[in-house]
Amino acid sequence: MNLDRNLIRLLKEEKQPFILSGLFGSLGTLLLICQAWTLGGIIELVFKSPGNDNRIIPLAGLFALFSILRMLMGWSGSQAAKRGTLQIRKKLSLRLSCAVADLGPAFTRSEQSGRLVTTMLKGVESIDAYFSQFIPQLFLALLTPLIILAAVFPSDWITGTILVLTAPLIPFFMIVIGKSASVATQKQWTTMSRMSGYFLDMLEGLTTLKLFAQAKARRDGIEEASETFRLSTMKVLKIAFLSSLTLELVSTIGIAVAAVSIGMRLTSGVMPFRPAVFILLLIPDFYLTLRQLGTKFHAGMEGGSASKEIHEILDKASSLNRLPGSLELTAEKAAELPIVIENLSYAFPGSSTRALDGVSCTLRPGTVTALTGPSGAGKSTFMNLLLRFIEPDEGSLSLNTVPVGKYEQKAWYRNIAWVPQHPFLFNATISENLLMARPGASPEQVETALRQAGLLEMIQSLPDGLETMIGEQGARLSGGEAQRLSLARAFLKDAPILLLDEPTSHTDPLLETRLRVSMAELMRGRTVVMIAHRLESIRNADLIIVLDHGRIVQSGTHEELSSYEGFYHRAILSSMEAA
Amino acid sequence: MKTFLRLAGLTRPFAWWMLLAALIGFATIGSGIGLLMTSAWLISRASLLPPISALQFGIVGVRVFGASRGVLRYAERLISHDTTFKILTRLRLWFYDAIEPLAPARLASFKSADLLKRITDDIQSLENIYSRVLAPPLTAMLVTALMLYLVGVWSPLAALGVLACQLLAGIGVPLITVRAAKGTARGIMALQAEQQLLAVDMVQGLGELHVFGMLGTHLDRMHEAEEKKLDLQKKSAFFEGLQESLCGLAMNAAVIWILWSMLPMVKIGTVSGITLTAVIFGVIASFEAFLPLTGSMQHLEADIRAGERLFEIIDAEAEVKAPDHPAPLPAGHDIEVNDLSFTYPGSTRPAIEGLSFIVPQGGRTAIVGPSGAGKSTITSLLVRFWNPTGGSICVGGSNITALDPEGVRRRIAVVSQRTYLFGQSIRDNLLLAAPGAGDQELKAALSAAGIANLHDRLDDWAGQHGMNLSGGERQRLAIARMILQDAPIIVLDEATANLDAVTEQAVLETIDKVSAGKTLLAITHRLQHMERFDRIVVLNEGKAVEEGCHKELLTLNGFYAGMWRLQHETML
Repeated sequence: MNLDRNLIRLLKEEKQPFILSGLFGSLGTLLLICQAWTLGGIIELVFKSPGNDNRIIPLAGLFALFSILRMLMGWSGSQAAKRGTLQIRKKLSLRLSCAVADLGPAFTRSEQSGRLVTTMLKGVESIDAYFSQFIPQLFLALLTPLIILAAVFPSDWITGTILVLTAPLIPFFMIVIGKSASVATQKQWTTMSRMSGYFLDMLEGLTTLKLFAQAKARRDGIEEASETFRLSTMKVLKIAFLSSLTLELVSTIGIAVAAVSIGMRLTSGVMPFRPAVFILLLIPDFYLTLRQLGTKFHAGMEGGSASKEIHEILDKASSLNRLPGSLELTAEKAAELPIVIENLSYAFPGSSTRALDGVSCTLRPGTVTALTGPSGAGKSTFMNLLLRFIEPDEGSLSLNTVPVGKYEQKAWYRNIAWVPQHPFLFNATISENLLMARPGASPEQVETALRQAGLLEMIQSLPDGLETMIGEQGARLSGGEAQRLSLARAFLKDAPILLLDEPTSHTDPLLETRLRVSMAELMRGRTVVMIAHRLESIRNADLIIVLDHGRIVQSGTHEELSSYEGFYHRAILSSMEAA
Repeated sequence: MKTFLRLAGLTRPFAWWMLLAALIGFATIGSGIGLLMTSAWLISRASLLPPISALQFGIVGVRVFGASRGVLRYAERLISHDTTFKILTRLRLWFYDAIEPLAPARLASFKSADLLKRITDDIQSLENIYSRVLAPPLTAMLVTALMLYLVGVWSPLAALGVLACQLLAGIGVPLITVRAAKGTARGIMALQAEQQLLAVDMVQGLGELHVFGMLGTHLDRMHEAEEKKLDLQKKSAFFEGLQESLCGLAMNAAVIWILWSMLPMVKIGTVSGITLTAVIFGVIASFEAFLPLTGSMQHLEADIRAGERLFEIIDAEAEVKAPDHPAPLPAGHDIEVNDLSFTYPGSTRPAIEGLSFIVPQGGRTAIVGPSGAGKSTITSLLVRFWNPTGGSICVGGSNITALDPEGVRRRIAVVSQRTYLFGQSIRDNLLLAAPGAGDQELKAALSAAGIANLHDRLDDWAGQHGMNLSGGERQRLAIARMILQDAPIIVLDEATANLDAVTEQAVLETIDKVSAGKTLLAITHRLQHMERFDRIVVLNEGKAVEEGCHKELLTLNGFYAGMWRLQHETML
């Protein structure tokens, strides 16, 4: 039986409800024994003196009482386990979301976002069955057979021995057959997911199939693949189901052998009648709890694999040795001090080449620095380090003399306005999306920011205006519109440090010209770092840094760089040639 | 109910198999009942100290039932799984047939792969409609009938009581637990949807949340939703936990009822104690059939919801239907667009408004404009994925709405920005364009498209979405398809937008070579090598703003010239 170490650790944190559940389970088994004993008594009386109502009726009353109590025990047991489970889920979901938050955008962007969301929600939900079903059943499977044996042995040691001998066969076969079957089952799951993947592929590519007028022809392909899948799966199942056949046989034959041997001893008068009925009533439950362990194990198995993914994330987060900064940072200070970068290096986890390799430069307050260079040169890594989404491997990034990491993270972000290349808009109204930049902004300020970002007209033309929902549930904005909304956020935030990543890359020529003026206004007086490819945006920068393979290959003003032979010069020439 | 009947109707071809599996399932539980009844008979008969020979019947019975139960269970599981897979095949084909005419217009809102994934998950979950929803009640009914007979032979009164308890366990308990949990189930689903949105926002917008200092608030909102959901799940567990216990209670009530109703008969001697014992044990065994019913009620609800989602999609009216009597395909291959307008459903802004242009047979025309200008809509209208809201498109002088849509599509080879490659062999992906083509033709097409290196990899798996190939190879594979299709009209819809400059140049040259003499319509927002076109139509916000050849448009110094300058001062 595979007991996931991480899940057991969680279980230990919430022991109490599960112990309670085990206790209720054991009480339930005791009541089952009482029930069987009274029912045995009733049947014995029916045989010996069916007219003796005075003795039968109280026994029947007891039987009813035990039934009700047993029901309550079973229910309380499952309630207790569920309570513990929900407690664990709550903790786990809290830890997981905090871990993802700690790991930061650099991590979430490197993962498949759909899968991460699934792990955060469905993953945590799927460990439910492990705790609410498998764990209680595990307790039951350990306790119930023992309690039943304890009740059976004093009245009939032979049947007791039969049970003791056959019981281990169930876990034994479960493990032996389970092992070979699990390989087969695993294989079957792979083909199954491949088959549903094939179908999904056909649906996703349906437009392509239609373009080639092949949609009807490919229908036969689906049928054929589906049928092949069925036949191969059935082959696997024919073997896999042998396990349940064996388990079923062990328990039914156990019952049959016990019944015949009891019958034999009854005829020879060695055994009284009441214990015989009593034992026969108990045997099915003896095997049932063991067999159900297998079923519940399968129900809990999904939780095992989900747990693996969840704990991978948790472990990754706990291995972060990010120092929480504590220094406060005022806007005045952020506006006045230079950003000093010394020998800054960073390599992505698992990569041998450095994305940024010994970069040193000083970003003077109130100036514009443009980063340029071919894709993969390290521009985005530079930006991510400034944003503290990642921590440098070597070197330092300081505000004057104090490393940026010493400042409280929140204080650092309060002083930064950021316009990413692909800004994210939340599933909320346009107004909510804007106000996150400055929660208390007045309607006039919002309107001004929108006008400066060239969005006002578009938003006013929407039926719901600023209250229009965006994202999955609402209107979708085009790439350019999203970028300009992000620009409006930057106008609203009014922070001393401004980080821009190709802010107008999705804009058409007419708008681009109009935006240029307000962009210049936005940049005035701030410390600006911007990633840019267009000559027009780079030309006026106070400092141009050309990156290649993680190193600074050239830096200076436009005039300086144009006069040297080198990358910048070549780039200008080639753009002029194209013209 | 309607949804359920429609779903059940889909499984009709397998009715006999399902019936067989249910009968064997019934026989399995029947053997369980038989095993306990004969055991009870055996020991109670034995207690009267008869000669051993008198017990022979019981001994044989116990052995037979003991062995048969396992074997029957095995057979039942095999047959029901086989049937389940047959149903799944049928469901897939049914859904494919239904959705095919709707693509892509009616699926526009389902574009994201996530939603398509949900559809396949829905279909996958429906496969269990037989084994989890239809079979358990059927088996339970047969078991009820069996017990009604077995007990009724001795005492109709006792039989009625047992029936009442079984109805309680089989219908009453599931109804009560499912009903009681219904409100919470809906609440849980709503919260799950909310959590989904919050989690997506967090994962994709983590950077923004950090920088705007909103992370704490957002995490609080997530935890709040989680806590609310857990509270509701606690509530629903309150009822779910009752189910098994109530079922056990009904079983014990049945035992007490039998004692009450049959004891007087034992007293007067019409029924023997042995019979009473056997009946009690039989009734206890029969309740096994009622345990899965709450589960099947829950599955039924889930299946109906899945069914509703699927029906909602496929019940849409197809956008484009083939005309009943399509006109014969014309001989010419020129394209004439006349006063064309189109507005996407649910949108207030027209995507295209009053657009007219002509591509003469063998001519080369480009449509350019910034993204969002409505360029790609023209392709969708040309290949009949949508119907124009106004105006017309004529090919060879015939309005394409009068022609067979598949016929029109065969005449137009489209190479688009995102080439969809299937997770099959490279050969299969190519044969799409020319189903009968032999190795020679395939290789020739690969060579012409500049990917002769794939000659030996025809049977290699292209990878999911063609991921085993590079971006350039995928795009060239699209061109190989275009060559194989050998259509007289070629539409290039941002065909090289995702390629780097060097590859783009090479691919464009290949396209020029193979498209010689054919009618070519190129749609692009990247103004590279525009001298190649006889005519350029400049589109902005759905309207043609300028028209002419490259030189004329530059001299005009308007929108086109602005776009061109902007793109060519891009350094890198």
